[in-house]
Amino acid sequence: MSLLSDLYQEVILDHNRRPRNYGELPDATSQAEGYNPLCGDKVKVYLRKDGDIIQKVAFEGTGCAISTASASIMTEVLKGKTLRQAKEIFQKFHSLVTGKTDGDPEDDDLQQLLVFHRLSEYPVRVKCATLVWHALHSALEETSKEVSTEQE
Amino acid sequence: MRSGFPPSENSWTLPFLTGFLVGTLRIGEKPDMNIGETAELGSHVQTLDVERIRADFPILSQQVRGKPLAYFDNAATSQKPQVVIDVLSQYYQRQNANIHRGVHWLSQLATEAYERSRAVVQHFLNARESREIIFVRGATEGINLVAQSYGRDKIQSGDEILITSMEHHSNIVPWQILCEQTGAVLRVAPMNSAGELILSEYRALLGPKTKLVAVTHLSNALGTINPVHQIIDEAHSVGALVLVDGAQSVPHLHVDVQELDADFFVFSGHKIFGPTGIGILYGKGEILEAMPPYQGGGEMISSVSFTKTTYNTIPFRFEAGTPNIAGAIGLGAAIEYVNSLGIEKIAEYESELLAFGTDVLTQFPEVRIIGTAAKKASVISFVVDNVHPHDVGTILDQEGIAIRTGHHCAEPVMDFYDIPATARVSLAFYNTEDEINRLALGIEKVLKVFS
Repeated sequence: MSLLSDLYQEVILDHNRRPRNYGELPDATSQAEGYNPLCGDKVKVYLRKDGDIIQKVAFEGTGCAISTASASIMTEVLKGKTLRQAKEIFQKFHSLVTGKTDGDPEDDDLQQLLVFHRLSEYPVRVKCATLVWHALHSALEETSKEVSTEQE
Repeated sequence: MRSGFPPSENSWTLPFLTGFLVGTLRIGEKPDMNIGETAELGSHVQTLDVERIRADFPILSQQVRGKPLAYFDNAATSQKPQVVIDVLSQYYQRQNANIHRGVHWLSQLATEAYERSRAVVQHFLNARESREIIFVRGATEGINLVAQSYGRDKIQSGDEILITSMEHHSNIVPWQILCEQTGAVLRVAPMNSAGELILSEYRALLGPKTKLVAVTHLSNALGTINPVHQIIDEAHSVGALVLVDGAQSVPHLHVDVQELDADFFVFSGHKIFGPTGIGILYGKGEILEAMPPYQGGGEMISSVSFTKTTYNTIPFRFEAGTPNIAGAIGLGAAIEYVNSLGIEKIAEYESELLAFGTDVLTQFPEVRIIGTAAKKASVISFVVDNVHPHDVGTILDQEGIAIRTGHHCAEPVMDFYDIPATARVSLAFYNTEDEINRLALGIEKVLKVFS
């Protein structure tokens, strides 16, 4: 398999063509925006949580196939996870796409995300994949901020 | 005006300037880096001998990702001919010294080479005098220099600065900063959907409040050639000065600052086959003379005491500190290389190549060209239906084809077309039809992957 077909695997192309959980989430408990000033990509992440559990994640925005597929797959992976698990998965994903680890194929959390394993060979494209995750991270943090805002 | 005492050490540079064409080296040993020698190259390009020209650029024979490099990112930076690379290394091997104040041999040699480059640039732009040529870091610094020196001195609250909607960020932000500092107002002349300046709108925005017009000669994002001659005439009719951003134009178009009657003209060395970190601000002598310093330091003074400092004459007043000596010399060599090919021949060849590339890309119904001005040079910006420009860029990269994707530091242009980014092919005289055919195969691959 060539590097190219490895990067643009059918799974990625499919998520790009038909992004899952695309659009505003009306009953979101928190949301955050991500912006990559280098390329102009913009993404908005919506999060609905119940206690410590992420019930649903949705996104909208413009981006390349890598960033759209990353966002789409993220919304599926994080559904039903705890906030702490979500942060852990982000860490694992980040290590995978930056080439720090190869990703454990036995790790259930990473199963769907392994399609991005060749991304580390394209350093300039790594941010395309991580942008939406950074936005999610902000959304997770915003939840705690909301709590503190309510406390004031 | 030059202060009478102490006599400026810079006055001694004049004999060198007058000797520019014959390359006056007073020392018996002639260094290898006599950049005048590149003029001999001119003989082989009656019509551009592109294969031979390509051999002058060592980087072009490289393989990238296992494929021959097709370099289409010339609007970002151009490649360097061997003669420029040699001049840089020979400068450091045999001539390196600080300029203008040294009594020793090397310093004089370095000074002469540096000042000779200034004369090369002067002739290239057809400036009246070499003192009108200021060495800066690049077009960006040239614009900032004018904004902060001329602008802060002359522009007042309520004055207007007029730019166009197709400017690079570097010809927007310095004026926004100046407006914040002075209370002046930034006006923007719009363009039509082809990416051409709407001259009637430009005219309507000109008025007694307009103090300065800053306009790109050739749009980096669209390839539009602006009618700068007319723009300047009309600005002058209301008493406004004009700065022309020539970063993209000088490698592709003949420029004559006297014919244009430009008040300021800036460009970057690295886009015209020279080194990075060096560029040019041209300004009319009488305007530059009246401008306050931009940065303080060595070289830009005539005399310094703790009670009073008098400033040096132009161009030195605007060249505080040790300049990029090697860069300036490299830029001179690059321009002499361009001269040896002939800018008219370059323009003619590139115009044909641009037409060919445009035809090839428009064969694809999925490809839409952004920027379809009647007068264009070098640049083909495009989008592919349902494929983000980044993905286009990555797939072409796999084929050894280097293009740029993104907003090209011209976000307002992207907003105008309501697109996040474009893919951009930007040509130089070393590009070929064969490379454009490879680009077409690459686009086919993009369409196949995203079918």
